[in-house]
Amino acid sequence: MPTTLTEPLAPSREADLVAERSAARRRVGFGVATALLGLVAMLAFGIGSESGLDAVFVLSRSSDAVQIPDVTVPARATGLVLGVVVAALGALLVTGVVRRRTFLVFGVGLALFVVALLAWAARGDDISIIGLLDGTLFRATPLALGAFAGLLCERAGVVNIAIEGMLLAGAFVAALTASAAGTPWVGLVCGMAAGVLLGAFLGVMAITYRVDQIIGGTVINIFSLGLTSYLGTQVLARYTDLNDPGAFRAFGIPGLERLPLVGPLLFHNTIYVFLVFVLTAALWWGLFRTRWGLRVRSVGEHPRAADTVGIDVLRTRYRSVMLGGAVAGLGGTWFTLDATGGFNENMTAGKGFIALAALIFGRWHPVGALVAALVFAFSEELQTRLALLDTPIPSDFLLMTPYVVTIVVVAGVVGRSRAPAADGQPYVVE
Amino acid sequence: MKVELRGITKRFPGVVACKGVDLTVESGEVHALLGENGAGKSTLMNILFGLYRADEGEVCLDGEPFDCRSPAQAIAAGIGMVHQHFMLVPVFTVAENVMLGVEPTGPLGRLDRVEARRRVEELSDRYGLAVDPDAVIEDLPVGVQQRVEILKALYRDARCLILDEPTAVLTPHEIDELMAIIRQLADGGRSVIFISHKLREALGIADRITVLRGGEVVGHTTPAETDEQALAAMMVGRDVQLVVDKAPARPGEPVLEVDGLVVSDDRGHRAVDGVSLTVRAGEILAIAGVQGNGQSELVEAICGLRPVDAGAVRLDGRDVTGHDPRAMFRAGLAHVPEDRQRDGLIGSLPVADNLVLNQLDRRPFSRRSVINRREVRRHAARLVEEFDVRTPSIDTPVGNLSGGNQQKVIIAREFFHADRLLVLSQPTRGLDVGSIQYIHRQIVAKRDEGVAVLLNSSELDEVLALADRIAVVYRGRVVGVLDREEANRERLGLLMAGAVEEAAAVEATGEEEVTVT
Ligand SMILES: Nc1ncnc2c1ncn2[C@@H]1O[C@H](COP(=O)(O)OP(=O)(O)OP(=O)(O)O)[C@@H](O)[C@H]1O
Ligand SMILES: [Mg+2]
Repeated sequence: MPTTLTEPLAPSREADLVAERSAARRRVGFGVATALLGLVAMLAFGIGSESGLDAVFVLSRSSDAVQIPDVTVPARATGLVLGVVVAALGALLVTGVVRRRTFLVFGVGLALFVVALLAWAARGDDISIIGLLDGTLFRATPLALGAFAGLLCERAGVVNIAIEGMLLAGAFVAALTASAAGTPWVGLVCGMAAGVLLGAFLGVMAITYRVDQIIGGTVINIFSLGLTSYLGTQVLARYTDLNDPGAFRAFGIPGLERLPLVGPLLFHNTIYVFLVFVLTAALWWGLFRTRWGLRVRSVGEHPRAADTVGIDVLRTRYRSVMLGGAVAGLGGTWFTLDATGGFNENMTAGKGFIALAALIFGRWHPVGALVAALVFAFSEELQTRLALLDTPIPSDFLLMTPYVVTIVVVAGVVGRSRAPAADGQPYVVE
Repeated sequence: MKVELRGITKRFPGVVACKGVDLTVESGEVHALLGENGAGKSTLMNILFGLYRADEGEVCLDGEPFDCRSPAQAIAAGIGMVHQHFMLVPVFTVAENVMLGVEPTGPLGRLDRVEARRRVEELSDRYGLAVDPDAVIEDLPVGVQQRVEILKALYRDARCLILDEPTAVLTPHEIDELMAIIRQLADGGRSVIFISHKLREALGIADRITVLRGGEVVGHTTPAETDEQALAAMMVGRDVQLVVDKAPARPGEPVLEVDGLVVSDDRGHRAVDGVSLTVRAGEILAIAGVQGNGQSELVEAICGLRPVDAGAVRLDGRDVTGHDPRAMFRAGLAHVPEDRQRDGLIGSLPVADNLVLNQLDRRPFSRRSVINRREVRRHAARLVEEFDVRTPSIDTPVGNLSGGNQQKVIIAREFFHADRLLVLSQPTRGLDVGSIQYIHRQIVAKRDEGVAVLLNSSELDEVLALADRIAVVYRGRVVGVLDREEANRERLGLLMAGAVEEAAAVEATGEEEVTVT
């Protein structure tokens, strides 16, 4: 029998279909979710709503330089129309008319759904959109700083689940030192120093002694919670003038703060919001455009390769972890020097872990982490505002929203997001 | 650069990896370093490159004593090393990998990418390396990745280049290209140390050859004075028979049937595109092909390590498509994976445990979930002896063994329980001639016991030595199934390169093509 042969290699159709199948599954999944959102909007915010009520969206505060008139919409019609649009977007995805940018279409659908929800919640009343966005930015600050801290560590290959503990330590130390010194600036610097110390501690465990990094981070979290709670009740509670740090004041950037809408929103803030913006840009530039960043990333991706070209892996990791600690400490000072003006037991309340989620959702990228922090913060802020507006939605459901958003969003990017290859792996120098 | 190693001794717990080794490499010379698995070649080179510290002895570069404590120092002194396992960051571009550690920078440490790219392009042109500086490493075939490694060394102006088993993962064509590059580097006055187990290559490229055995130099020679047979004998210390004796196969019933298999690779691209194959009891079917044509994915899918998108896998007539590796193991599969460090071994566990890794839940190694250590150790001692695994003891962590000896540990474990189907991926990659000979005999013996053997090898010599039938794959499809008698290097080479033979118009992907009996 002669040899067997083949005809010119045409790509097989069956395999093409296979390759598309998983993308299609994703697309249909998001399509169904979008369509459901649309239906809910139509039924609950449209048909189910009382007719004849208007919702007022407030876009500027009386103190703002440029006054933007309020936007008034008929609540029922808005719910109906947006519901139909969102449902249609879902249908486009399910039927396959739109095949690309699945997550983006879903995002637009979700955003429109939120608008419909706001119109319904504020029917016969008004809601301050500017306040909503301002609150989002405010809440996003510690999340973003925490995520940046994680970013610095994990890009160098050290998993940092100790962000929570570092935030808490930063908050405590800032309250104490700022009260003692009488200026929040001292608190800011000392809070960062506390973060650096914890970072170094994590480094000793994870880098030098190669303790499991999850356990090492947990140790720090427990240690930090225990110590600050103890000192909080023993010291701060007794000497209350040691827990009176005084807060940073908001200030405006001359010129820019007079811009309509974005001026008061972005350019009139406390130092923290500005620091978040500066850090986002600096981290992006530093990590992807400089020698320092290239080396940090190489150590997080393939430490042995970095070692063989003469990069000191352990030192690079120490530096990154301590720098991450500084950023986390900075985030911690926000709690006492911006948010509340005093230390309370466990006042970070899990923000460090949400920051970790923001880091993953943000794909280990500074801009991504910022966006993720904003998304999480928005859902938190929305939940508190809706609770105030006295909607008939049970408060338990409202409390769930941030977490539901987290889950959906993480599900949406899972599989596409890739951690640094050597993340969490100790390095042994030969 | 003239490199002299004098009286180098290096001890590891339980072994002396190098015993007073002397080696001199003149500038402009290609020096081949040969030796059995565990002879100490990599250790010696790691000492020169500053990864290990020698216990005794000294290194001289161009006559000057050189005390090397770190790779950074070695690099600064003009030594470049291409490791057995590439040291490239997969998500970085070529230029980023090349400049890492010696980055050209502007103000504030800003990377000067333009300058880096320019220098990479210049070097790449000068030595005919044909590498795109902006390509991302993980998208490149291994052959190109290796050229990036060489570029890395040249970028640092290496005047002595160490290549540790550079050809193990290359295709025949890529090997030819590499040889030309090496020659050009040597002609330009650089010295090259070339480690390989392929004697033919060493004879072809080297100016001088040094052979190590058991950590000692057993001889210096030149290609003119010696031949493959003599070299093999020198390495192993006894005569080696370079061809395998084997009787014609007596195939029985089909054991493995693969039907229209479609599999995707890690990035979701289709890697296996409708492959059908049958392997019968008592025959060796070899899959031949240039690396990266879907062989790895095909084998992984058969072994339950990779999801199957379409098609079916049957073992002894039972549908086992999509079974997990455990279930495949129970159904009678023995598998020697391609990437031994990742898939086959647990580096930090002792040799003994690795030898029973997948059989621990079976008698006599355990009873009612309690491990019988004595039986495990006895078994390990026997296999280590039988397969000539060079290890200080069966309690040594397997990760400390030399590359070739790690491979032997997997082979020993899998051969022990292979009784229906044995799937081998690059089984002799990195092994010395003596071990290859032994393992080839074992493979044929398994076949003669009636085991169905599927051999995935990019080594044409190996395919021709062992196979009863050869399926050539190209771009994820079987482009021809040849009987051993009708196959030769040229014909296989053509098919592997995608050349389509003109003959009876048979659909190559259909079952009907497997007409050879
Ligand atoms: N890090 C280590 N710890 C302990 N023993 C080691 C270590 N590295 C190598 N050895 C031992 O040193 C000896 C020489 O190993 P080496 O890797 O140099 O061999 P090789 O000649 O490169 O072999 P191969 O051809 O298989 O790669 C082996 O016996 C090995 O087990
Ligand atoms: Mg070696």
